[in-house]
Amino acid sequence: MGTSDPGMANPSCPLHPPALPRRGFVKFLLGGGLLATFASFIYPVLRYFIPPPVANLGVDEVVAAKVGELKPNSGMIFRFGSVPGLLILEADGQTYDALSATCTHLGCTVQYRPDLREIWCPCHNGIYNLNGGNVSGPPPRPLTKFDVHVRGDEIYVSQKAEA
Amino acid sequence: MFRPILRWLDERLDLDGILAPFRHKTVPTHKLTYWYFFGGITLFLFIIQVLTGILLLLYYRPGASEAFESVQYIMTRVQFGWLIRSIHSWAANLMIFTAFAHMFSVLFLKAYRKPRELTWVTGMVLLFLVMGFGFSGYLLPWNKLAFFATTVGTQMAGEIPIIGHPIMIFLRGGPQVTGATLTRFFGFHVAVLPGLVVVLISIHLFLVQRQGMSVPPKVEAKWAANPALCREMKFFPNFLLRELMAWYVAIGTLGALAALFPWNLGVKADPFASAPAGIKPEWYFLFMYQTLKLIPAKVWIVDGEVLGIVGCALIALFWLLLPFFESDRLARTKAWITGLGIFALAYVIGMTAYGYLAK
Repeated sequence: MGTSDPGMANPSCPLHPPALPRRGFVKFLLGGGLLATFASFIYPVLRYFIPPPVANLGVDEVVAAKVGELKPNSGMIFRFGSVPGLLILEADGQTYDALSATCTHLGCTVQYRPDLREIWCPCHNGIYNLNGGNVSGPPPRPLTKFDVHVRGDEIYVSQKAEA
Repeated sequence: MFRPILRWLDERLDLDGILAPFRHKTVPTHKLTYWYFFGGITLFLFIIQVLTGILLLLYYRPGASEAFESVQYIMTRVQFGWLIRSIHSWAANLMIFTAFAHMFSVLFLKAYRKPRELTWVTGMVLLFLVMGFGFSGYLLPWNKLAFFATTVGTQMAGEIPIIGHPIMIFLRGGPQVTGATLTRFFGFHVAVLPGLVVVLISIHLFLVQRQGMSVPPKVEAKWAANPALCREMKFFPNFLLRELMAWYVAIGTLGALAALFPWNLGVKADPFASAPAGIKPEWYFLFMYQTLKLIPAKVWIVDGEVLGIVGCALIALFWLLLPFFESDRLARTKAWITGLGIFALAYVIGMTAYGYLAK
């Protein structure tokens, strides 16, 4: 028998320490426990950071103004849901334009410039034409154009119907 | 990964030099060592208060017309908002409890003796400030109980002769408790008190670090008689790891309380509604409240209320200066101070219980 017995320790082969020594195992348990604890703290905090959704004020159509409120070649800001819109009566006194008033550059509220007959953002001198197209300055995209309908003496502004 | 960064910092800042005092710091080891934990736990709870307080500031809005609604919003709309607020309220109560436990343990272990008088004084001021945190924070949800607690509390300040009335006007921002009071208390709670407390904690911890841990007189005498009995452990890592375990237990307790017993919001304050029956202050003011209730309206020619409040203020002042009544010599420590401490503890517990049970 002797060394060939599979059940006996081979005296010429020293015992190897176990792959996961006891200290390492305890460290793993402790570290894992602390990590799990930390995760359980951080998770609610991260969720807490997310602001709850605001009641949706996004509307499809608003009454922006009354006929006669705007002089020809002027513009005014109106509330389109929770964001500002810009309503312009062109110099011909007939044509209304309505656009999003939020500059596509860094979000300032734009205004109508009667002297230029264009839309101007004072923050970084961005210029848009009356169709919302970004003409000069830093704005990267055109302003969103809305539909305008005059019904009776009220001027209705609505989201453009999807083409 | 961190080793090169540490080496880079060490070359410039001599980290070893900075950490050396912590390496050499030792903590006396005896059967009362566990009482040393309470200061650290109080500090830990304060850190939690700062963190959860900042989180609440993300959504809280001060002002009589918005405060209650914003807290309601935190508790009902914001994800885990109820938990964050509940932790803030529970940690506040636990912090006041551990601060009191720390104060009484220091008193009974006579750790306030020379040379640690200033540590005691800064600690007592911290205890008063912590109670100020409790008082000012209690109003912030602008609910009915808070409204009347603040009315009564500031009225009490107003009873102090001569200086009382101006103090009350200053605290309230006018003759009545209104939205102006809320704005002020908000400022005290999130700016003034935290600033003061951070400065005082720094001094307090510096003193503890500088002077080391006190050994109770009886243990010190025993060790002096037989130096072989003297036992100490290293602060780092031995004591620190034990302290961290205590913190872990504290946060477990806190989490369980906050999750299982979420803090109530109550109903919105209405300055033109009657005070609800059975209204009482928070438990940590209850012993004073009950004492004031027991004093008759007139004591000889003095107003009972004035007597009670001035008495409380004088006792607080005396407590603040307690170390200066103690003897410098180990063999002659004053037994009457310990006796007074036992009486005070019994009085506080007794009056708190009485306050709870009394109609």
